[in-house]
Amino acid sequence: MKLKGAEILLQCLKQEGVDTIFGYPGGTVLPIYDALYNSDINHILVRHEQGAAHAADAYARVTGKTGVCLATSGPGATNLVTGIATANMDSIPLVCFTGQVVSPLIGKDAFQEADITGITMPITKHNYVLERTEDVPRMVKEAFYIASTNRPGPVVVDLPKDLMEKEIEYEPYNTEINLRGYRVMKGCNYGQVVSAAELINKAERPVIYAGGGVVSSGASEELKELAEKRKIPVTTTLMGMSAFPGTSYLSLGMLGMHGTRYANYAIGECDLLIAVGVRFDDRVTGKIAEFAPHARIIHIDIDAAEIGKNVDVNIPIVGQVKEVLSAINKRLNPVEEFGEWHRIIDRWKAEYPLRYGTCAEGRIMPQHVIEKISELTQGEAIITTEVGQNQMWAAHYYRFKNPRSFVTSGGLGTMGFGLPAAIGAKVACPNLPVIDIAGDGSIQMNIQELGTAVAYKLPVIVCILNNQYLGMVRQWQSLFYGGRFSYTDISAQPDFVKLAEAYGAIGMRVTDTQDVDGALREALQLTDRPIVIDFWVDRMADVYPMVAPGESLLNMLGEE
Amino acid sequence: MKKHTLAITVENRPGVLTRVATLFRRRGYNIESLAVGQTENPSISRMTIVATGDDKVIEQVSKQLYKLVDVIKVVDITDERLVERELILIKVKADPGIRSDIVQLVEIFRARIVDIGKDTLIIEATGDTGKIDAIEDSLKPFGILELVRTGKIAIVRGPGHNI
Repeated sequence: MKLKGAEILLQCLKQEGVDTIFGYPGGTVLPIYDALYNSDINHILVRHEQGAAHAADAYARVTGKTGVCLATSGPGATNLVTGIATANMDSIPLVCFTGQVVSPLIGKDAFQEADITGITMPITKHNYVLERTEDVPRMVKEAFYIASTNRPGPVVVDLPKDLMEKEIEYEPYNTEINLRGYRVMKGCNYGQVVSAAELINKAERPVIYAGGGVVSSGASEELKELAEKRKIPVTTTLMGMSAFPGTSYLSLGMLGMHGTRYANYAIGECDLLIAVGVRFDDRVTGKIAEFAPHARIIHIDIDAAEIGKNVDVNIPIVGQVKEVLSAINKRLNPVEEFGEWHRIIDRWKAEYPLRYGTCAEGRIMPQHVIEKISELTQGEAIITTEVGQNQMWAAHYYRFKNPRSFVTSGGLGTMGFGLPAAIGAKVACPNLPVIDIAGDGSIQMNIQELGTAVAYKLPVIVCILNNQYLGMVRQWQSLFYGGRFSYTDISAQPDFVKLAEAYGAIGMRVTDTQDVDGALREALQLTDRPIVIDFWVDRMADVYPMVAPGESLLNMLGEE
Repeated sequence: MKKHTLAITVENRPGVLTRVATLFRRRGYNIESLAVGQTENPSISRMTIVATGDDKVIEQVSKQLYKLVDVIKVVDITDERLVERELILIKVKADPGIRSDIVQLVEIFRARIVDIGKDTLIIEATGDTGKIDAIEDSLKPFGILELVRTGKIAIVRGPGHNI
């Protein structure tokens, strides 16, 4: 059968199980869009390529499948870059197809030419330029294989237009993976597992420090079993928030710079730290020399390069978190009682709970909004966030029940992530409420995606915690720069209600604490269009607790 | 801090050198020298990279290199029994009056004169880094006009294929 390169591409995507592509057309991807015209692959037309990358990324985060996005050459491809870097930092499986100018013009500075493989080399797991139409099946197969296995990550495939137009003889066949430089990790070191189980069985004050690796490995059940068998308190990173139920007695919430006091104290006092699918990021450890100073450390991760990168550990175990945890769990002696360690933690929890103050009339405490969202959705919604205070409050006050339900840009900290991410999540999970917890700064970075949500009748709920500031930066200016609020006041802003309405979405403004509940209930009823709720929150509310950068986790700012 | 010699086998494909070099730059590792060429298997190239760093840094470099899909194998051969070679080409000033002194030097180092000009000589030498440094130093007083050195290449002694 004679087929065009673009048609072969779509056939290969279907073989990979792709049902949805997020994209934006342009000159060099015309052949691919022409093939999409009568394809049964669902294509979501975004309003900016960055939105496509974030939506595909969120689609991957909530489903565990590989997300797919498509953009044209040059500016289309470079607009993906922030989205690719976001996925790379958070280890999200993503395959990005970019158009490229016709092969004879590559390197000639042709119209809309950009060296996207060169540009994305340091922010992808791997990338490709197609050189022959015949290579499409192999390249697609490898791209999905690399993106989704071991430590997942983004892969870019650059497709010159002429090679997509070219017709070749093609029969679908099973392409073999033959990558001698890339092996999928299976199993783990048995001896290390035994030693780890021994340490866990003996520990008196153990703490589990769980991260995104638990989510991506689908190991929440195994994590729960480990925690419950030995009654071990669990603190999670931002990326690991939904890996362990926030409602559990064993949950300590988040640790680190904006960790709970009791999580950070527990790290300070523990005699064994079980680090699972984490990378000892600076936002987590604070001053690294004073992180978990009394603890032996077990570090479980799929990526050998993460072991010993930031801290020395006693027992490193390289492997799939799910496999390693279930191997360890089999060797644990269950305990029934909550011991002395839990009484200490209970005391911290009672003395230093997450708390917030009150504010003047006509404003709402932002934390209250999140608490309400958590209560009304019973912790079962998908929460996406922008970046900054809104993100930290979401992590503090939303009690996640299910894995893959917290979609946030943890590593890169990408403002403008939340709305396109909410769209990607809603496309993947139409039956779950999807709520973007936004700030008034971040939301303006990709607000054009309201158009996408309206076009596809996606009832995503955007909750803007509007303090008319770039709040997190303003908070740092308060704390570390003598209150000199240099360029963080953004009170010159659009009327978000009218803006939502202009897009065909619903707009609502809430300025009174009493109205929060009603507004959210109304929003949760919607089925056919997005809603933007503009919550006017206390302008000076800060995120506490807080550890100043480079300080020990025990030096927390904010009232005790 | 110690100098480490890494033998890295990679896919013989465009862009691989960039990937390796980019990784070193991005992670802040320093390359002292780099040599690359095709191996007995035309689909595989071998890089010899000399990098400075303590053992922990080099271990991290190796692990990061392994994560590149096009990198097949990374071996730190620093402490192996090695045959290691660099090549140097040096153009020196050589007035007829001092030529014989230079020729003598070249013989001592078992180097070769590969070009004779009116007032210049081009000398070629191979050897380990120490020898190459020594020949360069010895020729300095005569006036070095131009000098070019390759990176180090190295192979492990003994039976079998060690990389």
